[in-house]
Amino acid sequence: MNFDPFVLPFFLGLLVMGVILIWKYIVWMETIPVADRRVMFRNMFTVRTFKAIKEAVMEGLFHRRIFKINPLLGYMHASLATAWFLLIVMGSIESKFGQKDVFNMPWDPIFFNFFEPNKHGIEYEKFFVFTMDFLLMILMISVTFAVIKRFYSRLFGMKKTTKLMIADQFALYSLWAIFPARLLAESLNAAHYGNGGYMTQPIGNFFSSFMSMNQIINAEYTMWWVYSIVLAAFFVAMPFSRYMHILTEIFLIAFRNLGMKPADNLQGYTRFEINSCSRCGICIDKCQLSSAAGISNVQPAYFIQSIRYNLHFEDRAYNCLMCGRCNTYCPVKIDVTNMRNITRKMANEAVSFRYDYLPEIKKDELAEVTNVVYFAGCMSHLTPSIPLAMKAIFNEAGITYDFVDEDGSMCCGRPLKQSGLTDAAAELREKLSELIRSRNSMILVTSCPICYKTFKEDYNLKMHVVHHTELIKILIESKRLKPRKEDLSIVYHDPCELGRGCGEYDNARYVLKQVGNIVSIDQEKEKGLCCGGSISNLKVPVGKRELMAVDAVKQLSAGNPDVIVTACPLCKKTMAKHADGKMKDIAEVVAEALATEKQAETQEEEVLFLSVK
Amino acid sequence: MSPEFGFKISKSAQIDLDKADESLYRSICKAEPSLATCIFCGTCAATCTAGQFTAFSFRRLSVELRRGMIKEVKEEISKCMLCGKCTLVCPRNVNTRHILYHLKKHFDGNEL
Repeated sequence: MNFDPFVLPFFLGLLVMGVILIWKYIVWMETIPVADRRVMFRNMFTVRTFKAIKEAVMEGLFHRRIFKINPLLGYMHASLATAWFLLIVMGSIESKFGQKDVFNMPWDPIFFNFFEPNKHGIEYEKFFVFTMDFLLMILMISVTFAVIKRFYSRLFGMKKTTKLMIADQFALYSLWAIFPARLLAESLNAAHYGNGGYMTQPIGNFFSSFMSMNQIINAEYTMWWVYSIVLAAFFVAMPFSRYMHILTEIFLIAFRNLGMKPADNLQGYTRFEINSCSRCGICIDKCQLSSAAGISNVQPAYFIQSIRYNLHFEDRAYNCLMCGRCNTYCPVKIDVTNMRNITRKMANEAVSFRYDYLPEIKKDELAEVTNVVYFAGCMSHLTPSIPLAMKAIFNEAGITYDFVDEDGSMCCGRPLKQSGLTDAAAELREKLSELIRSRNSMILVTSCPICYKTFKEDYNLKMHVVHHTELIKILIESKRLKPRKEDLSIVYHDPCELGRGCGEYDNARYVLKQVGNIVSIDQEKEKGLCCGGSISNLKVPVGKRELMAVDAVKQLSAGNPDVIVTACPLCKKTMAKHADGKMKDIAEVVAEALATEKQAETQEEEVLFLSVK
Repeated sequence: MSPEFGFKISKSAQIDLDKADESLYRSICKAEPSLATCIFCGTCAATCTAGQFTAFSFRRLSVELRRGMIKEVKEEISKCMLCGKCTLVCPRNVNTRHILYHLKKHFDGNEL
């Protein structure tokens, strides 16, 4: 057995890390609900396992999602992860070959050149020497990139990087030191024995040009100690720092691919999510609270950090508009919105509301059977042009409708739910679903994506719920509406609740293609902007939200479109005042197109009539 | 005689501003400074969703809070649906939902 006292720091560090990690993972796995475990076991022997392995390689090693955000940033992460992984693998193979012992000690691969400097008896020795040098070179380049990124993050496409806590800094600096220490140790070793690869040999020669053999041997021995100590420092800091993500992410990828869903508390899957966050800081730039309004300490990186270390997270939980843009960009695919909902709920366990003043719903005054029930929603009442346009569309298509909240009605309960007041929300839901179900129809149309999402997900209406974009699309498809297509350049703003919230991107685009030309922009679909108006927010002051709205309008009108169309009354309300009258709801655009079509028809008829005359 | 008949003496609505308990108003102002800019114009009352069904509005709460009528505030606050229309229409940009939320939490025994 090869042994030298300097292997001890490395070995003990590895042991400590191993024990802590195993203990943590066992405790977290204990909290996964039985139902989820069953789903996972059922899926384990299906193709999903291969998908998980593929994703683990693509994301854990190659960091494909970061490449998509910024190639240089992606290269830095990918090269560091892949080269380090290969260094460990190749080092193990080399040492096992070299010692002709499959069960060698864990420190043998790490300090192999110290123990077996001449590599007696390894076939393909040159191959190993070259590979190890090459991987070390790649790692040195990525560490250089990492250091540059810390100070000039803009070069890597990041305006802001995460401010690190002490454990993170400790781990980061030891990580930076690992590879230079190894390079020096290997080079001095090469100088000592007069061998080495294409990189270690020249550096070794450089050292021997001014150092005596005795000095080189002393320096080499010291560097092996240093190498061992920085490795140990990293290993010990790892479970307490952001580098916990390296292994936890693999678990998360496996769980997700095996069909597990985010939990409704901070245990189990969500606990793995919390620890998978590497605080890379990509979410900080992408959040308009940071880029437009200058609030840069509440983004997921910091929010998840404060949950993980159980700091005061209530403030950070509320300081958010829940548009979900961060979820789109997160390279680990963490569901931050769900986490915020959980923490908001936790803060409100003792808060109760009372809605016994709501009038009783009269079931005997049933309306006639109608095609649809129309619920405009609170926000649509602040933008009366939307319900008006919808009325015109209903009339034009010849649809009978029952406008439930024509004179106003109650709230759908989603604002309460997103403020963490779930019991009050449930009470409102019960009342409102009673009202809606008392009408004789099986289709519910709503103009508000906020209502739409909660009607679909939280209500048990036994009705077909559609947002008005979908209804208009169906009506155009079935030729009940024939809007006139004009030469109109349209930019479509995806509302957060309709787009990222319900995954509906195409209905609106189909409709808009019938009335004009859609100009595609960078920030669309999953990347849709936050309008700044969201009712999911309590804390962010109005002034800051205005800044976000201005920024959103600026980005949307970059190509100078004729009209900016959205499908949410709240988006319209918030952005219209900054948009020079260009902001319209999709229902309004369609209603206008119908009106011009009608006008044109009557004109044609008149012309026809006159010519006959 | 029907019970509607006759006169009744209304309770005095007189408020002594010197004796008003402003502590709650102050602490809410600390958490959400925009409350101080409220001019009691009543735009919020005009748009209030809950206000269609019952006597409730942010304006009323704001006035009562200012006058230290904490008991009345406490009774009314749980009628709010937190729908956020009042915030959107407020000409003074008062973050009404945050204030309502804080008040509610306060009355349910949480520290402000």
